Amino acid sequence: MRADHAYDHDETVPHTHPEPGVDPHPPLPQLDRAVRIGIGGPVGSGKTALVAALCRALAGQLRLAVVTNDIYTTEDADFLKRAGVLDSARIRAVETGCCPHTAIRDDISANLDAVEELEDALGPLDLVLVESGGDNLTATFSKGLVDQQIFVVDVAGGDKVPRKGGPGVTTADLLVINKTDLAPLVGADLAVMDRDARARRGTLPTIFQSIAQDPHASQVAAWVRHVVAHSRGLGHAGAQGDSHAHSRTHAGAEGHSHADAQDRGPAPAGVR
Amino acid sequence: MHRTAYLLLADGRFPSGGHAHSSGLEAAVAAGRVTDLAGLEQFLHGRLSYAAPVTAAFTAATHLSAARTGSAPSATESDVTVPFLSLDRELEARTVSPALRLASRRQGRALLRAGRNTWPSELYGQLPKHPDGPHQPLALGVTAAAAGLSTEEAAQIAAYGVLTGPASAAVRLLGLDPYQVQNLLARMAGACDEIAAAAAAVAHKSPQELPAHAAPLADISAELHATWEVRLFAS
Repeated sequence: MRADHAYDHDETVPHTHPEPGVDPHPPLPQLDRAVRIGIGGPVGSGKTALVAALCRALAGQLRLAVVTNDIYTTEDADFLKRAGVLDSARIRAVETGCCPHTAIRDDISANLDAVEELEDALGPLDLVLVESGGDNLTATFSKGLVDQQIFVVDVAGGDKVPRKGGPGVTTADLLVINKTDLAPLVGADLAVMDRDARARRGTLPTIFQSIAQDPHASQVAAWVRHVVAHSRGLGHAGAQGDSHAHSRTHAGAEGHSHADAQDRGPAPAGVR
Repeated sequence: MHRTAYLLLADGRFPSGGHAHSSGLEAAVAAGRVTDLAGLEQFLHGRLSYAAPVTAAFTAATHLSAARTGSAPSATESDVTVPFLSLDRELEARTVSPALRLASRRQGRALLRAGRNTWPSELYGQLPKHPDGPHQPLALGVTAAAAGLSTEEAAQIAAYGVLTGPASAAVRLLGLDPYQVQNLLARMAGACDEIAAAAAAVAHKSPQELPAHAAPLADISAELHATWEVRLFAS
């Protein structure tokens, strides 16, 4: 059971520890703009729930704004506003004309406009989350729009999804396998998903999570904090050029051995 | 000759924000006024008769102003900006629906972003500043000038875009046979050419004298569409 192991520190997972009392990140010079993180994935995989969880976890710590891309215009933005996780002035919806992937990849103008409008209206920001409309496994964000991208799939979508690959699963900076609490109900084998994700993604990190059990998406929030800290210190290339040991925090199929990131200082669970 | 630049700017894949707009087709489909290829043909003939002359003429006039100021280094700042201000105000007056004003400016801003990155030029700075962006025909005229195109080519791209935007939206909204839609566009090519040529021919006129066609039903539909809770296209 996850609850029994939620705060275990799994020494079988390759990782490094920062020196106690030493901030492993370079000093943080002035940002010239907010870090932009794209959140994509298939319909119903839990992107909006993840954005809401990240707002709960980060809104008090970072100057945060959200851009949503809906197939049906403002549905997700309205959900976030109703959820009350973020001031509605910090949420903007982009309309995508039947083509959510076009708006995040081929013609990013409306999203760039939305980001700039938020920055103009709110002043300097630390982080802008850009949530794509639910799409398919080939939908990824343009590097002209975001600095890093998270791809969200869920166990109920079938445990074959990581094996099927596609650019989202294969190349996203972080893969989130969501709704792990449903795995027994839908007959999804987390060990298979773990193995396939490793095979597809090499050293790129993957996080298994259940927002039903962890409404603050602690591990993903920790990963995001890490990206923000690095991008501040290293500029645009910082997040990609990171030489820290980005060992995966794959939970074992039964293990779910996620250490608690929030008590661990600057190095988050996903990036130890 | 700038044939490739011409094709680049006319290409529907040029990232200028147009994919999110149906030019009123979504509203017409929902109202049951367009249900099939024949309906699309009528809709596009309508667009060609009221929207294309205005859009193409303002694009051509903007192009001409931009090309003139670009080749007159001694021009004062007011010499440069006054024609664009006047074009902006005249087009604003011809765009009755606030929703369509916003749609035009949003697309103009997106096009300007793409143009600045594709053909860098000082010409873009001459357009009047507006928080929602310049009107799309003004942005197109200046971008065409920056790309080294002729006034005729700028007008042609404008008229062509008036047709291809809703045609593409129709394929997505109604599931029409894409070959039949292309065949329809090919059949309308001659009419589109004529509109473009007529627009280029009036580009030298003062903004007040440019075409001022209107379609009240399109304005009303656009206002209603903007209030929908669930829609696929921004306009």
